[in-house]
Amino acid sequence: MTMAPPLMSPSDPMLGVDPEHGTSLWRGAWRRLRRNPVAILGALLVLAFVLIAVFASALAPYAANSREWASEVTLTSVPGPREGNLLGIDRYGSDLYSQLLYGARQSLIIGVVSTLLGLVVGAMLGILAGGLGAKVDMVVMRIVDILLSIPSLLLAVSIVAVLGQNRYAVMIAIASAQVPVFARLLRGTMLSQARSDYVLAATSLGLRRRTIVMGHVLPNSLGPTIVQATLNLSTAVIEVAALSFLGLGESDPAVAEWGRMLVAAQDRFASSPQLALWPGLAIAVSALGFTLLGEALREALDPKGRR
Amino acid sequence: MLRFVVRRLALMVPVLVGLSILLFVWIRALPGEPARSMLGQRATPEAIERINNLYGFNDPVLQQYFTYVGRLIRGDFGESTRNGDPVVSTFFDQFPATIELSFAALLFAIVLGIPLGYWAGRRVGGWLDNVIVSTSLLGVVTPVFFLAILLKLVFAEYLDWFPTSRRSDARIEATHITNFYVLDGLITREWDAAWDAIVHLILPGIALGTIPLAIIVRITRAAVADVMGEDYVRTAYSKGLDPAIIRNRHVMRNALLPVVTTIGLQTGLLLSGAVLTESVFEIGGIGRYLFEAISQRDYPVLQAYILFIALIFSIVNLLVDVSYGVIDPRVRVS
Repeated sequence: MTMAPPLMSPSDPMLGVDPEHGTSLWRGAWRRLRRNPVAILGALLVLAFVLIAVFASALAPYAANSREWASEVTLTSVPGPREGNLLGIDRYGSDLYSQLLYGARQSLIIGVVSTLLGLVVGAMLGILAGGLGAKVDMVVMRIVDILLSIPSLLLAVSIVAVLGQNRYAVMIAIASAQVPVFARLLRGTMLSQARSDYVLAATSLGLRRRTIVMGHVLPNSLGPTIVQATLNLSTAVIEVAALSFLGLGESDPAVAEWGRMLVAAQDRFASSPQLALWPGLAIAVSALGFTLLGEALREALDPKGRR
Repeated sequence: MLRFVVRRLALMVPVLVGLSILLFVWIRALPGEPARSMLGQRATPEAIERINNLYGFNDPVLQQYFTYVGRLIRGDFGESTRNGDPVVSTFFDQFPATIELSFAALLFAIVLGIPLGYWAGRRVGGWLDNVIVSTSLLGVVTPVFFLAILLKLVFAEYLDWFPTSRRSDARIEATHITNFYVLDGLITREWDAAWDAIVHLILPGIALGTIPLAIIVRITRAAVADVMGEDYVRTAYSKGLDPAIIRNRHVMRNALLPVVTTIGLQTGLLLSGAVLTESVFEIGGIGRYLFEAISQRDYPVLQAYILFIALIFSIVNLLVDVSYGVIDPRVRVS
């Protein structure tokens, strides 16, 4: 982050701030985060999710989609937990536990990439609207309004329909539902920052608009956007599964995916509820991790919550 | 107030025009021609040509767009390229199912959410608050379709308390006037049909309503907690006012504004979720039909449905803005 050099040092007696206690917003937030059990729980869940996704092939006892026990799956029963298969067998005869671990990979990659994409595009629109004056703002916000007027899942479905069924289409689809959210949020915070005294000071010093927007207003407006991004990761993980659930996700059947595991479990759940239970829990727990972390981050960055 | 409504209505126009252009371009960008998907295996070049001429797919794009807009203005949304049914009538056949489901979900969320949020917000940090907040967090992270499957499994399949799917029991004779099954039952005084429709709505309604419920609880809680700290509430208590009056007139009226906004914002979420819920409970609403339309490139259906949904969305947002004015007199002035 590029900050303008302070006119006065923090220890300047004129500011009346004790350098030991005067901390930046982010350092203060970090200190509050470390002491917040909710943040720690959220971070641990997210960490576990990431580790599982990265080391899935080392952690999983069997290869992905091995279908080793396919002969044991009958119309009425699917083998449950037993020795060698911690959670039992999935609908197609692969080890359910291994499939779950591999599924984390899919959710994480698509979830993170789509949120980043949504964040970058949304932030660019937000900066344009919030930093370039009323005319640009008007145009950009009408575009955002149009995007917002289509329900997110419908927007995602429309995009997958055009781009075809593959993981890149799913990423773009989920990202485009997030773009308007980020754009609005960042624009809002930037506009409220624009009325601050430090902007007035920078303007009267004769700084260029670009320097003021990118170097002063933007860094000070990023907080809520980062919180939103963390919360959106949770929604993205759920939406990845939702799209596969509707048959619009990753089309390669060899790739383990939680949403598709749920679909496959649907016609068996009277006899083998565990098939639906585990992938569902996996989605919910990973979403919970991001939500807890995001909520804790919001609290930590909220000036009202500081003590 | 009237000027406020008119101005908000005027703001909807550019959005709808932009949306119609976007939709028009989008539909043309879809891979696969409609003529080919209509004819399937029997697609000879002549047959494709005939269909293209019949539906105007061969005209210049700009002309196609203006023909399209002209027809929209006259309320003519065309026919499905799959079966020739007028899009508008299909929409009104199916839309009641989705609306009924969304309404049930919203009712569940509001009736339960506002009191829960109020109790949590009255004593922030108390045990009740902690329980309500942690439960609502679980509500937010549970995917709609997973919850739907779970509810169906436990309450319909194992316990057999509720029907597993569809909107009504085939054995019950019912007259359908509006296609809102509950309403139909009440109008025709077929009480058993109305009750049957309600019973069919309970599980899907809960599944779809849980996320909005969690969100409404959290927003109400935050708003109530804010208002409880206000001086006028303390004054009201200290002058010995009836707590029920304080709750209704001082706390809730002031806390409702963000809650109403949030309820309005749930529309998109409800429509997205309705699609998923409809697929689990096999409800013949617009959700399923849309997916069929996408896979078969039914252009008129796709355009009209997305436009309708966006229109409803904008109207709901308008209603939310207007309800601000009703709840908060300060908004009316500015």
